[in-house]
Amino acid sequence: MAYFPHTENDVQAMLQTIGAKSIDELFAAVPEKLKNSEFPEFKPISEIDLLAEINELRHQQTGQTVSFLGGGRYAHYIPPVVPALAGRSEFYTAYTPYQPEISQGTLTAIYEFQSMICELTGLDIANASLYDGATALAEAVSMAAAATGRLEYVIANPLHPNYQAVLKTYLGPRNITGQKNITPNTAAVIFVLPDFHGLLSNWQEYLAKARENGALFIVCADPLLLSVIEPPTADITVGEAQPLGLPQNYGGPALGYLAAKKDFLRQMPGRIAGRTTDDRGQRPFVLTMQTREQHIRREKATSNICSNQALCALMATIYMSYLGTRGLQTVAKLCKANTDYAKQKLGNIPGFSVDKGEHFRDFVLHCPVSAQKINEALAPNYKIGLPLDDKNLLLSVTEKTTKEQINKLAKELSGWQKN
Amino acid sequence: MAEKLIFAYSQKGRQAHTLPEAPPVNFGLPERKILRLPEVSESDVVRHYTRLSRQNYGVDNGFYPLGSCTMKYNPKINEQIAAFEEFTGLNPSAPERAAAGLLKILYETEQMLCRIFGYARFTLQPAAGAHGEFTGLLIIRAYHLEHDGGKRRKILIPDAAHGTNPASCTLAGLQAVTIKSRPDGGVDIDELRRHLDDTVAGLMLTNPNTLGLFEKNILAIAELVHNAGGLLYYDGANANATMGLARPADMGFDVCHLNLHKTFATPHGGGGPGSGPVGVTEKLMPYLPRPTIDFNGQEYFLNHDRPKSIGKVHSFYGNIGVILKAYAYLRLQGSAGLKRASELAVLNANYVKARLQKAYAIPYPQICQHEFVISVKEWKKQYGVSAADIAKRLMDYGYHPPTIYFPLNVPECLMIEPTETESKETLDAFCEAMLKIAAEVQSNPELVKSAPHSTIVGRLDEARAVKEPDLNYFAGAEN
Repeated sequence: MAYFPHTENDVQAMLQTIGAKSIDELFAAVPEKLKNSEFPEFKPISEIDLLAEINELRHQQTGQTVSFLGGGRYAHYIPPVVPALAGRSEFYTAYTPYQPEISQGTLTAIYEFQSMICELTGLDIANASLYDGATALAEAVSMAAAATGRLEYVIANPLHPNYQAVLKTYLGPRNITGQKNITPNTAAVIFVLPDFHGLLSNWQEYLAKARENGALFIVCADPLLLSVIEPPTADITVGEAQPLGLPQNYGGPALGYLAAKKDFLRQMPGRIAGRTTDDRGQRPFVLTMQTREQHIRREKATSNICSNQALCALMATIYMSYLGTRGLQTVAKLCKANTDYAKQKLGNIPGFSVDKGEHFRDFVLHCPVSAQKINEALAPNYKIGLPLDDKNLLLSVTEKTTKEQINKLAKELSGWQKN
Repeated sequence: MAEKLIFAYSQKGRQAHTLPEAPPVNFGLPERKILRLPEVSESDVVRHYTRLSRQNYGVDNGFYPLGSCTMKYNPKINEQIAAFEEFTGLNPSAPERAAAGLLKILYETEQMLCRIFGYARFTLQPAAGAHGEFTGLLIIRAYHLEHDGGKRRKILIPDAAHGTNPASCTLAGLQAVTIKSRPDGGVDIDELRRHLDDTVAGLMLTNPNTLGLFEKNILAIAELVHNAGGLLYYDGANANATMGLARPADMGFDVCHLNLHKTFATPHGGGGPGSGPVGVTEKLMPYLPRPTIDFNGQEYFLNHDRPKSIGKVHSFYGNIGVILKAYAYLRLQGSAGLKRASELAVLNANYVKARLQKAYAIPYPQICQHEFVISVKEWKKQYGVSAADIAKRLMDYGYHPPTIYFPLNVPECLMIEPTETESKETLDAFCEAMLKIAAEVQSNPELVKSAPHSTIVGRLDEARAVKEPDLNYFAGAEN
């Protein structure tokens, strides 16, 4: 039991001011039947004992040192400035910045985040963040359905299966469904960059088909990749920004981002910070465009989102500020160089092969024997990569991956020819 | 002076990072021509964001009685535990045995929540309260689809409910129907009865409600809804008044979401990440999102084999880093500590209410639970002073203001939730400030109307922000 500043004298004095004899009296409205309900209790523990328990649990979790596991979350380098600054409690113990006069820290950072996301995606407007890449994509399709009055979406190239599952959960209940062909009933065409297998391909054909049929073109893009390629001329670009300074966190907290052409401002979900003036002639920031949101429009709102991932957006903003244009591009290029090296090295092992084309960070290794077996043999306590099916392993590298690590893997794999 | 944007520090050629030169590579796609991210030094970055942090107000800065948001103290040990690299560095596709410690923690978190709130199971996947509402409503929808086909689509919601409730209904493909509350803030049972037919999927309720009052008739309400074939949804925004005292499952709620970033002391991060676990009674267990975290007597594992599941609501398993903090809080408090937290939260709210009631109009004067509302509509008429003016003036006294203009059915209202982690001295000082402001309203209303005077920026022109949207530095007028 902790965090209660009340002394017994305080409690008595306060009860006296209230005019109650006991704390129980304050719960007079609660039916007796509810108050008397018994449940299995659990005892409090001290900080020392809790830490001892946690230390034991975490030290059991070994084996995650060298791995090529990616598939949606990536082990990028996180500069120490990111946790140091995002760890300032004026940021992390604040609520949503409803009172701008005392929330300029959060609001300014949101505006910077929106601006950097707009710059990366080449689009006009961005929101303050969404839960993750998958829910951001679902929100984008929702926007497209609202903007076009249509109920179908088409996924152009391989999308992470978990994203597909989230799209179904989010959109199915409103009869917005995934279809194979782009037709005049299509609300949105989704193009993934890179795709689930790390492949980079050109979107022009799908963009043209979307335009022909009056559908919106949604790109689901890795933000690091956008620093080195010309951003697609999408209507909405979304994605997972975990690679921008966030740890993997076993999947969350992550960071969904969403940017759009300004025509779609009214359909956009989530918080948006805007710049305005104050009564002293300064140019501060405020949450704006709130008539789209749930607390005003209720059942007619563009989305139900309220809390998002603001602190994660702050981390990404600090990360992008620290790296700058060249730094971000360097990280992307180092990832690409490592991907190229790993593909060449591993693809040349007899019995193994990799796909043609350019890959970014993730690529599939086709194995001569069960991918599961290789995983278990090479990393008995962890995984080398993500087994996609019997003989395919999704491997992933980042700028942190070294040639030695790749060479070591190649050496270990070379004993696994079909025999 | 308000801190300028990071872009204003940018100088061509300046850099903070120490990355090696990248070799030439080919992406096979058109190369980026222009990218205008800031070019700054490491100390530029550090000073800029440190200055920004000083223009923010968090629970660590002072009292934060933001109603319905439960801004209690966020213990530091929670931060330490959530930051251990064995947890933060874990890839979500890692094998269960490599995540065994973390899975055990997640499983135990679920067990503790089940005990305190009375549910058979919780999913930890939703990333925020509204995300939890959406998940819970999908579960209700799936249950009815299996048992009644598609005809039950209406969700009844009292007019004082949080805006997320009706918005979540729409997102879940259900129809929100607003029901009027009684003058005393409770559910109008006759009005409820009128709506209960075979198209009703359920009732969404916050208890204590958004006025801070416990719904006395909750057992009768639950019986009515259940007899009509509907389910009850508990919006856990106000759960901080109920721990160990009135379990939502005992009240008759079939589904419940919690906000770990309110009730369980995890920080809100200036707008997230939060976490919104959803609890269900036994009959609704099959519909929980997949995977669940299960225990087979030996190992903890992710159970994807859930044929009736509503599916996935997150790309992986939720905001794990937030759940770790709540786990630490739960363990340190124990069930008796949680009960004490609720008792003292209610004590604190009633104390502040008692001290303010001579100077402020309190439309619901009865004993409240963890929060209460003030209405200044008479001052608005008499002096032109609004709830927003009072809120802004509080900043001059060093406080974060209460929630204003919510609930919607109380004009010019301020909703005060002190939480249990505040001392009598803190509450007394806040009450003194509130009483001084009440005196100022009558002696010098202009002083209140032109507040805040001591903050780094003055009152903002919110209408201009909408009329002339400036949402992106690179598109803005100042570029």
